[in-house]
Amino acid sequence: MRIVIVGNGITGVTAARHVRKAADHSITIISGETDFHFARTALMYIYMGDLRYEDTKPYADEFWARNGLELVLGHAVRVDTAARCVVLASGERVSYDRLLLATGSVPNRFGWEGEYAEGVQGLYSLQDLERMEASTTDVTSAVVVGGGLIGVEMAEMLATRGIDVTFVVREQRYMEYLLAPDESSLVESAIRAHGVTLELGAELKRIEVDEAGRACATHLTDGRRIEGSFVGLAVGVRPRIDLAKASGIESGLGILVDDHFRTSTENVFAAGDCAEFRKPFPGRKPVEQLWYTGRSQGRQVAAGLLGSPQAYEPPLFFNSAKFFDLEYQTYGIVPAAVSEGQQEQFWTDGERSIRIVYRSADQVVLGVNAFGIRLRQNVWSHWLRNGATLDRVLAGFDQCLFDPEFTLRMEVAA
Amino acid sequence: MERLDPTLALASGPSKSTSRSAQVMAGLALLLGVVYLFGLHPFNQPPVLVAAVGLLLSAAVIADRPSGDPLSGSRLGKSLIFGGLAFGVLALAGLWRVIPDWILLTVSTGAVCAGTVVLARARYGHGSGGIRNHGVFTTPMLSRGGVAWIAAIVLTGFYVLLYWFPQSLEGIIRTIDPISYTLRGVPSDQWFMYGTFYSLAVLVMGVRALYRYRHDRYQRWRTVSVILAQGFLAYLLPHILAAFNEPEFYFSYFWPLKPEYLWPGDFGSGWIWNHPGRLGRFMVIWGAVISFVGVPVLTYYFGKRWYCSWVCGCGCLAETAGDPYRHLADSSVRSWQIERWMIHGVLVLVTFGTAILWINSAMEGGLLGSFSGGFARVYGFVFGSVFAGVIGVGFYPLMGARVWCRFGCPQAAILGLIQRFYSRFRITTNGGQCISCGNCTTYCEMGIDVRWYAQRGQNIVRASCVGCGMCASVCPRGVLKLENSSLEGRLNGPVLITSDEVDVLEEDWAASVSWK
Ligand SMILES: Cc1cc2nc3c(=O)[nH]c(=O)nc-3n(C[C@H](O)[C@H](O)[C@H](O)COP(=O)(O)OP(=O)(O)OC[C@H]3O[C@@H](n4cnc5c(N)ncnc54)[C@H](O)[C@@H]3O)c2cc1C
Ligand code: SF4
Ligand code: SF4
Repeated sequence: MRIVIVGNGITGVTAARHVRKAADHSITIISGETDFHFARTALMYIYMGDLRYEDTKPYADEFWARNGLELVLGHAVRVDTAARCVVLASGERVSYDRLLLATGSVPNRFGWEGEYAEGVQGLYSLQDLERMEASTTDVTSAVVVGGGLIGVEMAEMLATRGIDVTFVVREQRYMEYLLAPDESSLVESAIRAHGVTLELGAELKRIEVDEAGRACATHLTDGRRIEGSFVGLAVGVRPRIDLAKASGIESGLGILVDDHFRTSTENVFAAGDCAEFRKPFPGRKPVEQLWYTGRSQGRQVAAGLLGSPQAYEPPLFFNSAKFFDLEYQTYGIVPAAVSEGQQEQFWTDGERSIRIVYRSADQVVLGVNAFGIRLRQNVWSHWLRNGATLDRVLAGFDQCLFDPEFTLRMEVAA
Repeated sequence: MERLDPTLALASGPSKSTSRSAQVMAGLALLLGVVYLFGLHPFNQPPVLVAAVGLLLSAAVIADRPSGDPLSGSRLGKSLIFGGLAFGVLALAGLWRVIPDWILLTVSTGAVCAGTVVLARARYGHGSGGIRNHGVFTTPMLSRGGVAWIAAIVLTGFYVLLYWFPQSLEGIIRTIDPISYTLRGVPSDQWFMYGTFYSLAVLVMGVRALYRYRHDRYQRWRTVSVILAQGFLAYLLPHILAAFNEPEFYFSYFWPLKPEYLWPGDFGSGWIWNHPGRLGRFMVIWGAVISFVGVPVLTYYFGKRWYCSWVCGCGCLAETAGDPYRHLADSSVRSWQIERWMIHGVLVLVTFGTAILWINSAMEGGLLGSFSGGFARVYGFVFGSVFAGVIGVGFYPLMGARVWCRFGCPQAAILGLIQRFYSRFRITTNGGQCISCGNCTTYCEMGIDVRWYAQRGQNIVRASCVGCGMCASVCPRGVLKLENSSLEGRLNGPVLITSDEVDVLEEDWAASVSWK
């Protein structure tokens, strides 16, 4: 049995590890990006000099051979679904019995004038990072467009190099689609405290390019012009479907899969960032582009690769991020504003905050947002799964804290 | 569509851009040093040459930060450090014969200390604080660049002089006399001089650590503890005791780190026991009680950290002066294997040695004859001097600050065995929150591959963990927490976790470690 995986990101690698755990099939992982799996989430630390590329590799280089995982550095241009093989740019053909497409994402671009000029880029791959390194060496001011998680990382990266950063965000307040107003303002002050100019309610119109073909300024729709010879475009990512498209595998926004991760083509599966569920799970998006979801989908798709596909049930939603020095964790369902039948409680001491959303009818908690406070995942999972009420949660709140010893507690009480 | 460009070279981290001026200065200094070694005194003036080498080296170290890095900090701080070093070097070279040495030394040391604090304040003192490891791998002084090698050579050289050629340090030793007389009424010797500078380094770099980690209360308390432990228990108290005609006893060290405290006869305990002061017997008994009761009990409750990163003098220096070098510890499985062999080897050696010495002493020298003194001396020399000092501290800029603690310390071996097999301490992993970024593994000064455990949702229970808490501090996702809790469940992942949030693969772990 030959199993081939395109993409050595967290999804592909997790799938490979779980297949290996269960069977001694031949497993080949193809990637056009790096020779070994690395943590994309750590790209910013390489740029800031906190880590080297080597340090972002979750497994030692010997790990792969020792576990019989064959690695191929090459770009897959097409899947020959009839002959069951993957065709690489080099012309090499890798044949499979079962194939997993875990091709990840690509940064969005929206057809702005100047978006392909030198000094304009998104940040997704290691190559993007190298490009960013090369094109920011002599930069004194830069613009980052897009207030998502990658945008704020780009702003931090540039700021640590002493570059003047203008952070252009379309929303009227930071992440208004996700956060409550008080939470937005916590993040906004965290960003501003680091000398970044945060422009809210601002939208990109075009990028001005100098004679040499390099970006020199950014124009906003309100007519303002912001100097900056580097423009970070962090306006979201979309599934990478070029390979599927070239191979006649059905795709929409992403590569279309059922809840068993099966694509339209037999023996070809897709999972992780690149996959779009034909029928989204209740309360979830059809495409989930997270490290955590990639890991849990990778684990689940392994069953399919082993020949007995199992229906996926997304685990309890959780995520975490860091806005400069401000840590953020979320578990369960926490809408920006509560809807009918929901209520919320919010506590803050000006630097940290907790927001708990619960059902009005029976006080059962639905989710929590925490800023500057570390929460214990297993306790929250337990509470959310077992329908704990707000009173129960507040009574046992100490149990869910995961802050370092000696941290002063923030008062959280009904 | 994005085009994947396989022709782009894979990044191996940002280029190490030693500033050109630093390279030139370090190069010149090296050249002058070589010239001096070969006895070709070009200026016919050795002191001038020594001064020139020192000046160039220190200038190189100071100049060595990539430009554009906001952490480069205050000009005042740098000038003070550089000026202080320069002044000290010139003074050593004998340029100001008329001014008393102790004034020169006070001025130069004071300037360096003040500069360090000013710089730390400028770098870490603003805003609300947070982890600032930016530029660590692009700063040659911190990432085994040329200047780091030079610093290691200078440091190692200092230890060589201290242990084998103390007379060459006579000048510095004499300048400490005023402190020595004040504290204990006798002139300074090389060890008093060493202890003074050691404690000063812990204090000043401790203040730096307090600025650097001020957002983290665990780190703050721990840093205060190491400053006080070194300053009081390992410096002031022993000398004050000596001034009162008691044995110069270090309450923060005991067998087997200070094996002589339990060795018979004149090598240690006998001398303390029979000391004319009134506390000698108390000290010997105290040492034995700490070794055999205090260590197991405290380690059961708090893990090895109560000692290694809160009290021990080696830890005090590592956690302060060694803080900039945490990331240099090698985290490969190979070095873990070497570490286990070496540290337990030393433990066996010192235990065996202690037993033999006692048997010999019970037989009134019948077993070893005059050789027993030889064993005590050789052990003290190899482990006390060469390993702990020369390699342990001299190699800070190359191998991190815990080389001795990891590979050579018998005390760490005992504490580690207890911590591994019978202690309430562990580092808890927060479910499936790990993003495998590698900050924890990189900044673990003991070279523990923390990420290996974290990314599979497993608690970290390792003999070598000193509980410095740095993995938890640097983790950007709040995945790690140092805890003392019940023995149950410490070796497994958290019980409530369902396999959705975390996946565990036992096989590859077993495959990578032959020892279990
Ligand atoms: C800067 C940054 C920070 C992030 N931080 C977080 C975070 O903190 N938390 C979080 O949950 N998520 C984070 N994410 C998102 C997370 O990294 C992704 O969701 C995750 O990496 C997706 O994993 P994957 O395996 O599905 O795809 P990828 O990691 O994208 O892996 C796909 C691989 O396949 C390769 N590939 C694609 N097509 C081909 C082809 N035709 N031939 C050969 N190889 C191909 C790609 O080059 C790539 O190497 C971050 C993303 C970025 C860019
Ligand atoms: S595992 Fe963490 S607490 Fe233990 S020594 Fe390493 S960094 Fe310090
Ligand atoms: S535990 Fe934290 S620091 Fe370590 S790899 Fe995971 S996310 Fe990174």
